[in-house]
Amino acid sequence: MRKYSVFAVAREAMRGHKGWEAQWTSPEPRKEYDVIIVGGGGHGLGAAYYLAKEHGITNVAVLEKGWLGGGNTGRNTTIIRSNYLYDESMDIYEHSLKLWENLSQELNYNIMYSPRGVMMLSHNVHDQQVFKRHIHANRLHGIDNEWLTPEQAKDFCPPLDIAAGARYPINGAALQRRGGTARHDAVAWGYARAAADRGVHIIQNCEVKGIRRGPNGEVTGVDTNRGFIGAKKIGVSASGHNSVVMAMADVRVPLHSVPLQALVSEPMKPIFPCVVMSNTVHAYISQSDKGELVIGAGTDQYNSYSQTGGLQIITHTLDAICELFPIFRRVKMMRQWGGITDNTPDRSAIQGVTPVQNLFVNCGWGTGGFKATPGSANLFAHLIARGEPHRLAAGLTLDRFRTGRLIDEAAAAAVAH
Amino acid sequence: MLLIYCPYCEEERSELEFRGAGDAHIVRPSNIADITDEEFEEFFFLRDNPKGLIFERWRHINGCGRFFNAARDTVSDKFKLTYKAGEPKPDLDAAAPAAALVETYEATESNAK
Repeated sequence: MRKYSVFAVAREAMRGHKGWEAQWTSPEPRKEYDVIIVGGGGHGLGAAYYLAKEHGITNVAVLEKGWLGGGNTGRNTTIIRSNYLYDESMDIYEHSLKLWENLSQELNYNIMYSPRGVMMLSHNVHDQQVFKRHIHANRLHGIDNEWLTPEQAKDFCPPLDIAAGARYPINGAALQRRGGTARHDAVAWGYARAAADRGVHIIQNCEVKGIRRGPNGEVTGVDTNRGFIGAKKIGVSASGHNSVVMAMADVRVPLHSVPLQALVSEPMKPIFPCVVMSNTVHAYISQSDKGELVIGAGTDQYNSYSQTGGLQIITHTLDAICELFPIFRRVKMMRQWGGITDNTPDRSAIQGVTPVQNLFVNCGWGTGGFKATPGSANLFAHLIARGEPHRLAAGLTLDRFRTGRLIDEAAAAAVAH
Repeated sequence: MLLIYCPYCEEERSELEFRGAGDAHIVRPSNIADITDEEFEEFFFLRDNPKGLIFERWRHINGCGRFFNAARDTVSDKFKLTYKAGEPKPDLDAAAPAAALVETYEATESNAK
């Protein structure tokens, strides 16, 4: 792999940009791999990278039904934060945030991590109490989070309307300064390039149709549209389709898949310096480096794999955006799309062993999986390599729905989905 | 936005009047205190989450207020059938492909069959 640097740019500028090489190769699948990862999103590609880098397992394939970054990795609103309430959540999201901070250098790929601050608006006494509880919990855990008065919030984000007569009055905000955004496609591409460089096979347009089992019930490989591919271990990280893939191994998981929508505006000059979220009126917004306002809407109320959602969900969010930021009322929206999120009953992810030997699952990231990408991938690689979860992910087991040790993070999510 | 046929009101109404209420035909065990943790997990948490035909409950909360069941395709989001609560799970293979309860653009406006 040729390193990206300012010298490489200069060199290629001198010779007509003819020396750039493909970022990753597309090899023919081998007959068997040590590890197959189902799902070529950020979590799966990252897990393959960390398997190769930290655990020395390079005979790995990532099988992707479509193309890299075409699923939820390329469909989210790119928000990164770690100000969750419960220890299990804070552990994994903070681990992730720390990896985000150096990910561009680690991958030699500009993922455009921008710690511009994530500000959560409080509109009433209840919000204020909840956010202050989160702030205290976070600070006890060594995670930055602070309380802002309405005036401080306005200073931090000038387009915000804090007038007393506003439709949704603001009585303060919680701010995590290390939170921010990153370029989501680059995360998938960066991990793919770095993983391929270490010998990982990335196989696109390869849909898993079945999981084969040996005489003792252990996994032996997968049937795909490119034939049978053997595997000693399989890690499933297929986002909205996790239930479908796990059903191939006769494992039922406590998930339901629902569409989550996002939309972007026409590009504008820089006007919005941070990420703002409001749980109470359901809105979250930031501005991309291209200049588009990136706005996240809510989930639909029914199970669906349609990758689209109801218009009323979007209008509900835009109503709130227009009230909070009257300056944006005449902005035109350009594109809108949906992704399929897999949600657990307690709104916390599942990462752990399954009843099937050598089959591991990484699912249930629901509406907040992007921010977890590096941390989740890193710990998923540990799980697959060692066969047991890392300390930081030890609470996210699949069997917690039997033992009752739920992580009821629904109350701590930034917006209610 | 979905258009949903309420089998009680016998009318097709907008999704805004309805509230989704999860999977249908899940029977609560009558001996809930006696069942094992595995059985409780199965009843309470585990779901098929099918890609394709799903049976689910809806409530016409801003209408007649009653619960009913529906068979719907989770890929196209089209309703196959809605039916009253308490009625048995219909066998959609056996049932004739009756006239669509939901009017689609293709069915009413388009020549592309």
